[in-house]
Amino acid sequence: MATPFKEVLNSGKFVVTCEIAPPKGTNLEKTLHHIDLLKDKVDGLNATDNQSSVMRYPSLGVCLLIKERGGEPILQMTCRDRNRMALEADLLFAYSRGVNNVLCLTGDAITVGDHKQAKAVFDIDSLQLLRTIRTMEAGKDLGGNDLDGVPQFCAGAIVTPEAQPIEPQLIKFRKKVAAGAEFFQTQAVYDMGNLRKFMQVARPLKTKIMAGIVLLTSAGMARFMNTNVPGIFVPQALIDEMSKAEKGKALQKGIEIAGRMIKTIKEEKLCDGVHIMAINKEETVPDILAAAGL
Amino acid sequence: MISVTEQKPWEEIAQSIDKCKSVYIIGCGTCTTILHTGGKGEVLAFKDKLITAGKNVTGWMVIPTACDEITKYALEASSKEIAGADCLLVTSCAYGVQRITQWTDKPAYPAVNTLFIGKEDGNTYSEVCHQCGNCVLAWTGGVCPVTSCPKGLLNGPCGGTNKGMCEVDSTKDCAWTLIYNRLEKQGRLDLLEKEQPPRNYQAVVRPGRLITK
Repeated sequence: MATPFKEVLNSGKFVVTCEIAPPKGTNLEKTLHHIDLLKDKVDGLNATDNQSSVMRYPSLGVCLLIKERGGEPILQMTCRDRNRMALEADLLFAYSRGVNNVLCLTGDAITVGDHKQAKAVFDIDSLQLLRTIRTMEAGKDLGGNDLDGVPQFCAGAIVTPEAQPIEPQLIKFRKKVAAGAEFFQTQAVYDMGNLRKFMQVARPLKTKIMAGIVLLTSAGMARFMNTNVPGIFVPQALIDEMSKAEKGKALQKGIEIAGRMIKTIKEEKLCDGVHIMAINKEETVPDILAAAGL
Repeated sequence: MISVTEQKPWEEIAQSIDKCKSVYIIGCGTCTTILHTGGKGEVLAFKDKLITAGKNVTGWMVIPTACDEITKYALEASSKEIAGADCLLVTSCAYGVQRITQWTDKPAYPAVNTLFIGKEDGNTYSEVCHQCGNCVLAWTGGVCPVTSCPKGLLNGPCGGTNKGMCEVDSTKDCAWTLIYNRLEKQGRLDLLEKEQPPRNYQAVVRPGRLITK
């Protein structure tokens, strides 16, 4: 049995979570392999929710698999594909099956994904989803009706420490803390100086911050993210380091860099933990952890 | 405010009126005239296309404002030419089409797609109001997040703000950056600290209807 995530968060230990991508289809083989590989190495496994607006096996389904295999699931919930009733119903279902950790997200825009003609919902936003969870825990649904059986969650949210401009992002961040976000998994941060700056703002607030670590797989990928992913900035020095890697060794270099950043974050006690996103390379997470000395 | 339209592809129009031998064309003198999607020039161009396609055009007119009651009288005045047609090809926006079908039983085919109701800045037309029934402009510095943010977010920006632009369309400003800048200028940033509850979609039960006394 995995330790409940809430307990880990409150233990003061350096928290490590990572991301599991649900499959596009019913073939669960790879997902199960990743769960089995990582469930005992990290404190929580996030199951992504139609990530990047690409339709996939549901996050709740992957959370149940993680639970069955003895891991600690973190249910990612976006507000893009479900209205408030559907989100509330899924929260009830999740809790009833032992899925007690939720990461509340707004969700990417429909237009970036693979169902471009679909209707975007956004009935509520990430902050209101957090509030919904706290309301349900108090025994009420959003219609003001009593619940017969009340859920209890460990609820978290996300923040982009390098958003430009940063001020509106920080206002929303503070509102999320006020709405009861117990933890934050941040957007990828590569510039430790910028992370330190963000943490000066975040530290006084009563919440746990886990720095987002996205594995670099090549210099090209780093450049692509700089151009195309809002809020991600890979410093030129890291891009140079990636491009200098020997042929066929770029992934190895990316693992080394991720490990180095995690080590810095832990040693400097910069954040309360890290959230590793090894997109499509989940099998490298044990190597990243080893490189970080974890 | 202007009803913003774009012409449907000719192939789609041709296919929809395939079975009609004779056609009467109705344009609009207001919004589709301004946008050159359905004014006099476009009506005449459609006339030529229809004739080239082997159709008989029984007549045409450009109603000054097709969404207005004047449409009823315009249809009466041209009733003979309309009666001789199998269908109407209408180049007004959807409001005009619905006005026209209110007063004639002739099948009407829209020649344009109606995109949104918006404002005009030179050659740029942009949406300003979703008519949500619960105006928030008081605390957003006059910038509407319901309309200008693709996600309609009420509590601040998503993670998609990209150097002040929107992840959905990099040529559009992030509504929440604009709101922040306006309120900062006005010294009213405290307004953004307030948690906004979920929107009340009952404010306007669609389709909207209001009966005045």
